[in-house]
Amino acid sequence: MSDNMRMKLKIWRQKGPNSPGAFRDYELDNVSSHMSFLEMLDVLNEKLIKEGKEDPVEYDYDCREGICGTCGVVVDGVAHGPVRRTATCQLHMRTFRDGDTITIEPWRSEAFPVIKDLVVDRSAFDRIIQAGGYVGVNTGCAQDANSIPIGKEEADKSFFAAACIGCGACVAACPNASASLFVAAKISQYAHLPQGKPEATRRALRMIEQMDAEGFGNCSNHAECEAVCPKGISIDNIAVMRREYLKAALKTGSATI
Amino acid sequence: MQNAEKQTAKPNVIDAILSIFDSTVGRKYIMGLSGLALVGFIVFHLAGNLSLFFGAEAFNSYVLKLESLGPLIRLAELGLMAVFVFHIIFAFSVTAQNKAARKTRYAVKGNAGKPSRKTIASQSMIYTGLVLLIFIVAHVWMFRFATRFNPEHVTIHGAEVINLYTPVVAAFKNPWIALAYSAVMLLLGMHVSHGFWSAFQSLGAYHPRYTPVIYTAGVLLALLLAVGFIALPGWVYFMVPVK
Ligand code: HEM
Repeated sequence: MSDNMRMKLKIWRQKGPNSPGAFRDYELDNVSSHMSFLEMLDVLNEKLIKEGKEDPVEYDYDCREGICGTCGVVVDGVAHGPVRRTATCQLHMRTFRDGDTITIEPWRSEAFPVIKDLVVDRSAFDRIIQAGGYVGVNTGCAQDANSIPIGKEEADKSFFAAACIGCGACVAACPNASASLFVAAKISQYAHLPQGKPEATRRALRMIEQMDAEGFGNCSNHAECEAVCPKGISIDNIAVMRREYLKAALKTGSATI
Repeated sequence: MQNAEKQTAKPNVIDAILSIFDSTVGRKYIMGLSGLALVGFIVFHLAGNLSLFFGAEAFNSYVLKLESLGPLIRLAELGLMAVFVFHIIFAFSVTAQNKAARKTRYAVKGNAGKPSRKTIASQSMIYTGLVLLIFIVAHVWMFRFATRFNPEHVTIHGAEVINLYTPVVAAFKNPWIALAYSAVMLLLGMHVSHGFWSAFQSLGAYHPRYTPVIYTAGVLLALLLAVGFIALPGWVYFMVPVK
């Protein structure tokens, strides 16, 4: 443990969606090993603001407790950095060593255009959810909690899929920039529940159609997505998505609905 | 309550197939099915060709057995060609789509480690596939067509059949052909080492217990295929006496 590490940072800087970006090198002294990765970036930004020569580095964050899915950068070629099942905000500087050079890049995908520096536009995910990632419920009084029995195993599978926080690391890590793990998690969380059944056909076809329309790549089963996922969502869900898709396509005789 | 599940128009079968071909998930079903069919073929192909180890008569009896199937073997050839065509067309379109999905590359490429199955093999499917494609064209030309221009016939168990043993041995006695063939077979092994388990996953067959078994089986199968197919030219080059 050290309180004055010296870090060399290589950070992607890009003024706006349509301006060309480039890497800039920074050096940062007195980095504490107890700092989170984002706190380290805060310290850098403080320094940049004080110096007044250039804009601070723009990056996304919200909760800083690894549950909201807002933060995320590619650290030395790995989405969310080298620690498994960890969002960028939960990555700590003790993972690095004094004098290390860290390369920081935004999620790279045509479907996630860069807004500024390390911030990308992930509204493609919202449009996929809007296309079918929901269940219909009756409004009014909440129904009795135990009126629809669900087996423990199925409930667990649904919960594991529902742990997805939509951070987009799966897309960032995929060699094909495929959104399959995200979409699969959002399909699978309902595929395991009776509540999800009425819309199952429409959900699978529409969400996959929207995923394709957004310009994500195909899944080549590299499974790199599962390895970077801060929630450890299994590619098992991608197999579930594929089965849901096949069922839906056979049922409707079409891949669109 | 909306009648969301009801189709208004009767689905058109052609449209349905085309839209499945168009979907990223649908395409992987085609890749998975065609890939598994090709693996099935290649295992059968190796098993049959191992008769090369047992000399001219054994090899040509195998040829006779296949040829005596008559129109069935021609039909199988056409079917195999169709599978290849599907596999190759979708391989190119899937890869083109994947490249288009990320135009700006990462400056640093990392590997997140377990449980990732990202390997050199998984990332070079299109390159190993391209070499296989070139190889297959040359291979089919060399052994399927060129051998039939001035065929020499032999009599086996009273039946006359084309002698394919002699041209095969002649080809593998050429060190360059034997070497190139062996190199391509290593790439075939690479292709199958990712392809086998991947095909199951593409078809939606995942199981926490069996998928690791299928993965290991695929790697072993790939090894077996590479060793088996390299043994053929190796055996001919080093062990078959020159006439
Ligand atoms: C005997 C020859 C071949 C065998 C046994 C074979 C087998 C396979 C298998 C089992 C897969 C996995 C399918 C999946 O992921 O669902 C696959 C994928 C693939 N094959 Fe082949 N293949 C052969 C020839 C070719 C050829 C000639 C090409 C031509 C370019 C090719 C290109 C590809 C590509 C690009 C993929 C990956 C698709 C993806 O990323 O999703 N293969 N192959």
